[in-house]
Amino acid sequence: MRYAARKLLTLLFTMVIVSLLTFAAFSLIPGDPATARLGMDAAPEEVAALREAMGLNRPLGVRYLSWLAGFFTGDLGSSYSYSSSVSALVGQKLPATLALSLLSFSLVVLISIPLGVRSVGRAARRRTDAARTAVNQLLMALPPFFTGILLTWLFGTGLRVFGVRLQLFVPGRLPAFSVHPGGFLLYLLFPAVAVAVPRIAMTVRMLHSTLLREMNQDYVRTSISRGSDRAGVLYRHVLKNAMVPVVAFLAQTMAEVVAGSIVVEQVFSVPGLGRLLLGSIGSRDWPVVQAIVVILAFWVVLAGTVGDLIAQRLDPRLRLGGDRR
Amino acid sequence: MKRMNGCLRAGLILTGILFALIILGFFWTPFDPTAMSGAEKLLPPSLRHLMGTDSFGRDIFSRVLRGAGTTFLIALCTVAVGAVFGTLAGALTGYFGGRVDAVLMRLNDALTAFPSMLLALVLISLFGSGRQNVILALGIVFIPSFARVTRAAYASLRDANFVAEARLMGAGSARILFVHLLPNTLSVLLPALTIGFNNAVLAEASMSYLGIGVVPPDASLGYMLSEAQSMLASAPWYAVGTGCAIVLLIFSVGLTGEGLQRRRGEARYA
Amino acid sequence: MSKRIFALLLLTILLGTVLCGCGGGSAATGSEEQQTSGSAGAAVQGGEITVGIAQDLDKSLDPHLAVTAGTKEVLFNIFEGLVKPTPDDELVPAVAQSYQVSDDRKVYTFTLRDGVTFHSGEAVTADDVIYSIKRCAAAEGDKKPLVEAFSNIQAVESPDPRTVVITLSQPDNEFLSYMTTAIIPRSYANQDTAPVGTGPFKFVSRTAQDSVVLEKYDGYWGTPAYLDRVTFKIIENADALVLALQSGAVDLCTHLTSTQISQLDEAAFTVREGTMNLVQAMYLNNAAAPLNNEKVRQALCWAVDKHAVIDLVSDGHGKAIGSSMYPTLSKYFDDTLTDYYTQDPAKAKALLAEAGYPDGFDLTITVPSNYQPHMDTAQVLAEQLKAVGVNAKIKPVDWNTWVSDVYVGRNFQATVVGVDASYMNARALLERFTAGYGKNFINYSNADYDALFQKALAEGDDAKRAELYRQMEKNLTEHAANVYVQDLADLVAVRKGLDGYRFYPIYVMDLASVHYVK
Repeated sequence: MRYAARKLLTLLFTMVIVSLLTFAAFSLIPGDPATARLGMDAAPEEVAALREAMGLNRPLGVRYLSWLAGFFTGDLGSSYSYSSSVSALVGQKLPATLALSLLSFSLVVLISIPLGVRSVGRAARRRTDAARTAVNQLLMALPPFFTGILLTWLFGTGLRVFGVRLQLFVPGRLPAFSVHPGGFLLYLLFPAVAVAVPRIAMTVRMLHSTLLREMNQDYVRTSISRGSDRAGVLYRHVLKNAMVPVVAFLAQTMAEVVAGSIVVEQVFSVPGLGRLLLGSIGSRDWPVVQAIVVILAFWVVLAGTVGDLIAQRLDPRLRLGGDRR
Repeated sequence: MKRMNGCLRAGLILTGILFALIILGFFWTPFDPTAMSGAEKLLPPSLRHLMGTDSFGRDIFSRVLRGAGTTFLIALCTVAVGAVFGTLAGALTGYFGGRVDAVLMRLNDALTAFPSMLLALVLISLFGSGRQNVILALGIVFIPSFARVTRAAYASLRDANFVAEARLMGAGSARILFVHLLPNTLSVLLPALTIGFNNAVLAEASMSYLGIGVVPPDASLGYMLSEAQSMLASAPWYAVGTGCAIVLLIFSVGLTGEGLQRRRGEARYA
Repeated sequence: MSKRIFALLLLTILLGTVLCGCGGGSAATGSEEQQTSGSAGAAVQGGEITVGIAQDLDKSLDPHLAVTAGTKEVLFNIFEGLVKPTPDDELVPAVAQSYQVSDDRKVYTFTLRDGVTFHSGEAVTADDVIYSIKRCAAAEGDKKPLVEAFSNIQAVESPDPRTVVITLSQPDNEFLSYMTTAIIPRSYANQDTAPVGTGPFKFVSRTAQDSVVLEKYDGYWGTPAYLDRVTFKIIENADALVLALQSGAVDLCTHLTSTQISQLDEAAFTVREGTMNLVQAMYLNNAAAPLNNEKVRQALCWAVDKHAVIDLVSDGHGKAIGSSMYPTLSKYFDDTLTDYYTQDPAKAKALLAEAGYPDGFDLTITVPSNYQPHMDTAQVLAEQLKAVGVNAKIKPVDWNTWVSDVYVGRNFQATVVGVDASYMNARALLERFTAGYGKNFINYSNADYDALFQKALAEGDDAKRAELYRQMEKNLTEHAANVYVQDLADLVAVRKGLDGYRFYPIYVMDLASVHYVK
């Protein structure tokens, strides 16, 4: 348990740093939140009164702590651009982003692991290897927003191919999950695929080389030379060992999936945190921006920690309290 | 000199061709990339306009050439900023270790907790958009990854014999760091550079696509793609041409990076 | 003698200009298409539609605090004043049943209509009316009243529960138009987030950056709306808007560009064309170097070919203009100014050299990025300016940022927007540029101009006043206050099967008349 405790401590520490950095950054931005809320015509006394009421006259450290306390109690302050609390705004947008990221992440896991294993399972030949590398690199080079645009063109604009209308979803009309869960998931599948494609390619490549290296370990060679079935060894021993770095890599993938969603939400007009974030940056609605950045960062750190903990379960060396590196 | 592998060769050739085209694009393009023509709006690809024209009658191929140049330059500058400062930080902490190392590495971990795109967005909202700010923001975003890579390399070489010998010869720390050690980290640094470059291309294009990066009338692949999206139904070649240019750029540099890594004889753990 | 006026009061000159980005799309009288479109069929009650709008609404949905035209056009469906405008340039009684104006034009007596209720179900009382008007007339400290013309109000009283009497300090021919000011319930605190009015639609919900939902109000006093439910879907991205229309996510959308229209499937949409009734120009900050030099501004005018802009940006739709007046206000519009400047790079360069900028200069054009026509126009202008050595950079900004930095803060060099006279108001278009006027965001300062305006104000004769206004326009053109471009075409896409969309002479989007046809 010492390992887990240490990981959790690191998690907390990272969260504090991340939120402190974000908070400090947005405190540095020129412009007074009180003026921002009241508008340019506000009288100086009004601004001063609001500053006092908003607690802006307190030192940065105190403001940070009270903000952090608010963060964990669900009170994120109120938006400059909307007469609404930040938590209400964020709450409306969170489900779509959550669903999109999870969907995308599942695609990565469900597709890349079997593919990666298959790529090793067969005896690799030079020619197929070259082709595989090329395809892999090409898929890695596909930016999610471009894939997204292509998918929109193919399946969203009512394109006809050989007289067949390919329209599978309607850009801009995301059905509500509560009303039409199937439609909701089908719609999000396209942005999820756009985000997942390059990550799948990367994970397959990573798994491929890890497995290959593991296959060349002495214990595997010995085992095979003693007449064990190659595939059996692969599944029974190699895969389990190779999964350790892969799990860490997948945790990191969560970060990239979240980042990818920010952009892809724009392509598919998904009403999620990414769109809210961009809109809020545009309208300088800092409380909203700050909240979203910290939420997404927390999520990513959390995913990383969970990844570490799973890796520990898989790797006896780590279970005994050692470090992976 | 180690042997070139097929991957590296193909990557270098492709990158070379693209690089030549981009350089060419700075001096000559088939058409003026910003010249507009009411008579030639939204034409499909033809011999005259290889990739067709956009809604202002501008030649897309010329714009792609010039836009790729913009993206290329920004990515290069970004990587330069990230690599110089990251290597410096990594070298110092890796070589000297100690408490500063521990603190900086914690900070580094915290920074890597931000998805790079998110960090770039935060920085852009601090600095404002525009070419220089994009470079600055992305440069900062890439510092941690370079720092981590170099730190590991320096830490592993710190106690090598040739370093001890150099120290005995009376070489100063600066000399050891940059004359003796730096060349030995190149095998790690070079692939990291190609990865960094690709991430920079991707990040710049994404940001311009979102309208917070390079702004018109500067041609930029990302911004062009956002324009092209509105014409998907009637002029799909606009999006396809522009997007393929981005893919090609990332693909060829990625291939080079893959080749470099294979030459190093081991796979990369991203 | 008191004059009793019902429907046919035609007011073309009212006070107050509202500024809007894409423009106050009020396609006016003389809009090219008639009320009926091709698919005449029986109107069907019920159904719901989604309307695409290009910008989010203001943070407050309080009708008295609404700033942007885009918010007002939506709120038009929820609120009404004592009187309300019609598509035919008229003002008809709404919350009031009738009104009388005294001979000296200082006393307005409104009789309230029976059976008008707020969406909350409560009946509208004289107290609510007095509250609404006093709220907009209140001036605290240095702050101007919410409706500036209300500073003229001396007293608002109700001699009996069905009557409201408004007494003015000075006669004001145009006062009635301000009685379109929304009547809101006296004791209701949540107008900001959940507005309550008397209009044909009631507010249901708002999701920030996403949508606003209205429902038909069954207790409406007048002709009820056909549709049961209207969703305003906010789609700031011009591309996404087209896809949303094309794919069926949006049924009706106004203020589209010709490029956007050209993407649409002709079989699926009826396209209606009006004009936006706005002055689109590259507005120049006359106080910022080097634009404070008249020669420089003139050089910019000579460098630009506005007809080419119209061709490139909107396929020739849109009307070229040469000063701060648009053609629909035909009485005041001076067409000779339209081509006062023609594209002449040599002349522009010569002027720049005279002004001390032989090699041109760097110019930053700030543009609200959610308005595609303005972004497009800015791009074309930048290209044209390049030919005379002016290196123009475009700085796309969010609409709120535009309002605070450019419009209020006046911290800009040049900006491409449309200035709209949402009350069909020639005077406000021009008063804007008098020195010291609060909305003179370009810092134009010209003594002759101000003198002409004072003369026009004092002039009682309509024709003479029009002449003075034309002289003011000429003054703006001659001194190159701005680089004038066009009055944009207002293209409206309506899904086939829907009908009844009407253009108003002001910036509103009336959905009460929209209906499905059999």
